[in-house]
Amino acid sequence: MAQITLVEAVNLALTRAMTNDPEVVVLGQDVGRDGGVFRATLGLLDKFGPERVIDTPLAENLIAGMSIGMAAEGLKPVAEIQFSGFSYTVIDQIINHAGRMRHRTRGRMTCPMVLRTPCGAGIHPPEHHSESPDAMFAHIPGIRVVYPSSPKRAYGLLLAAIRDPDPVIFLEPTRLYRLFKEEVVDNGESAALDTCFTLREGTDVTLVSWGAMIYETLQVADELGEQGIAAEVIDVATLKPLDTGTILASVARTGRCIIVTEAPRHCSVASEIAATLAEQGLLSLLAPVERVTAPDVVVPLSRLEHRYLPSKQQITAAVRRLLEFA
Amino acid sequence: MTIAARFEIPYSQFLDAQSKVAAEFPAFAKDAATLVALYKAMVLMRTYDAKAIALQRTGQLGTYASMLGKEAIEAGIGAAMAPEDVFLCTYRENGVQIMRGVTMQELFLYWGGDERGSDFAGPRGDFPICITIASQCLHAIGVGYAMKLRRQQRAAVCALGDGATSKGDFYESINAAGTWQLPVIFFATNNQWAISVPRKTQSAAQTLAQKAIAAGIEGVQVDGNDVIAVHHAMREALAKAYAGNGPTLIEAVSYRLADHTTADDASRYRPPEDVAEAWKREPILRLRNYLSAQGAWDKAQEEELLKECNARVQAAAQAYIDTPPPSPEQMFDHLYASLPAAYAAQRDAIVQPGHGTDNAG
Repeated sequence: MAQITLVEAVNLALTRAMTNDPEVVVLGQDVGRDGGVFRATLGLLDKFGPERVIDTPLAENLIAGMSIGMAAEGLKPVAEIQFSGFSYTVIDQIINHAGRMRHRTRGRMTCPMVLRTPCGAGIHPPEHHSESPDAMFAHIPGIRVVYPSSPKRAYGLLLAAIRDPDPVIFLEPTRLYRLFKEEVVDNGESAALDTCFTLREGTDVTLVSWGAMIYETLQVADELGEQGIAAEVIDVATLKPLDTGTILASVARTGRCIIVTEAPRHCSVASEIAATLAEQGLLSLLAPVERVTAPDVVVPLSRLEHRYLPSKQQITAAVRRLLEFA
Repeated sequence: MTIAARFEIPYSQFLDAQSKVAAEFPAFAKDAATLVALYKAMVLMRTYDAKAIALQRTGQLGTYASMLGKEAIEAGIGAAMAPEDVFLCTYRENGVQIMRGVTMQELFLYWGGDERGSDFAGPRGDFPICITIASQCLHAIGVGYAMKLRRQQRAAVCALGDGATSKGDFYESINAAGTWQLPVIFFATNNQWAISVPRKTQSAAQTLAQKAIAAGIEGVQVDGNDVIAVHHAMREALAKAYAGNGPTLIEAVSYRLADHTTADDASRYRPPEDVAEAWKREPILRLRNYLSAQGAWDKAQEEELLKECNARVQAAAQAYIDTPPPSPEQMFDHLYASLPAAYAAQRDAIVQPGHGTDNAG
């Protein structure tokens, strides 16, 4: 059994998908000979050839738009946008076409495509390489937004995204690409979409997060556990559509909820979860819902990155505040 | 100094504005029956177009984009394409769509605000009408790539306007089509106006066709009011695409005789004498005069054709009017392959009485 990193798990899933389904093609900038700037597509060119592993001209909008055309013709494009900070130009194609093609044709045309992009801060890169556009994508009707938090989950969720009959934005936590390894069985099994995963069970507080922040959130839960505080940890995994049932059921047991995200707070996915708790979970709450998020600022360059990203201390302090409510 | 590269943009016209033969006809145009068929298609389009405007003016249709003056372009494209090709259109190619098998009832439904109009029974692989300018050019690349990957003898035909050639989507597309030598035809109708903005404001380029040169693909210009020139250029470009010899950009020079849409008033920004001048070059009269002079068309045939077109359009309009509006839950029914649990409650709620605005226009 192989211990692999998250980016290796992405590569493994792509290899599995392309092996099993000849309609799957991979496209993007530098995905061919270079194997992608993070090596997510390493080796695919040699295995599957340049017609299916496509180095495109340097045009993000083209990558998204041609994927829609490919999908309409029955291919299953898995497109890579090199960094999520470069994904804003493709939002036009995702909103105006990918998310609408099935609806506007009453099911005549569909758009089974995946748009992968590294997401989030923490690797000390230049400007535009640390963005968290998860809420922007989650606001778009007709698509799915998926955000794995571990190698195993990345493998299963990416396979699920590729097999899904509708467009999926697949956000990959850049900070976790090589941070730790995990055993991943290359069995071709997909993980469930549209559902949260409960990573730790607990009765005192519910910690909800996704992507790279799951890493710190789990550490906080483990530290609290040593102090006799049982924190439940929920990995949202699919940000749209949102599995509110799992979160509400957990909060019904714990009475306390903290949502942790590295995206700016305003109109974030954390805000959507908090609003859902206010509407449907209010009577089980023993304390206010808290959001531990990045501030509503431009994501800073690398020297201030560590002050921008939420810390374990911030999460722990929020738990302490909530536990003060009887 | 030496010249690194030199380029030319050919222009073709076979039938001039006075209905005189301007150049020796290509083989297909020597057969009067072929031209009569094109003529009939053009007259049907104009009848449909007039009905759409009449329906809009009487509150029975939403905003509509007229194709008045563009019938030669529509017919030239529509008659050239094979059923298995893929057409990617803007809102001003209803004529091509009709020729490819989209029914006029479906088109009225679309303009009447009903998504079912894009679930057409005809060319199932054709794209729905694209409103956002030039964005469909990128889809054509994906379609063309898939055709090439599968070694198919098919082509994607992407219609666009002069305004669209100013957009990045267009440049990204022609560039990629050249890189991969895709079976894609970009058909740019230069009707001189992007709503109120004239052609000269769009670009300093002498022709729009020459934008192809920068992408390393062939660019040609044709008289867009001459159906023979349009059809010939399309046939050549398609044959080239089927043979694996790559993409073409065709610029068809024409004039938008109508307002941009029924919500526009073009008299605000262009002088009536320009429009009057453009009417002298319009495509339908040009072809009819030629056919009449050849003895291939007469007044009785014309009257019969108009009667038939009116009857067909009227029947389509009535079928549209008789179509009950979609039920509210249809907003959810094709959002995803199957509706995620997260939206079940919203779907259930929307069918309840009292949902929706009280103040829709």
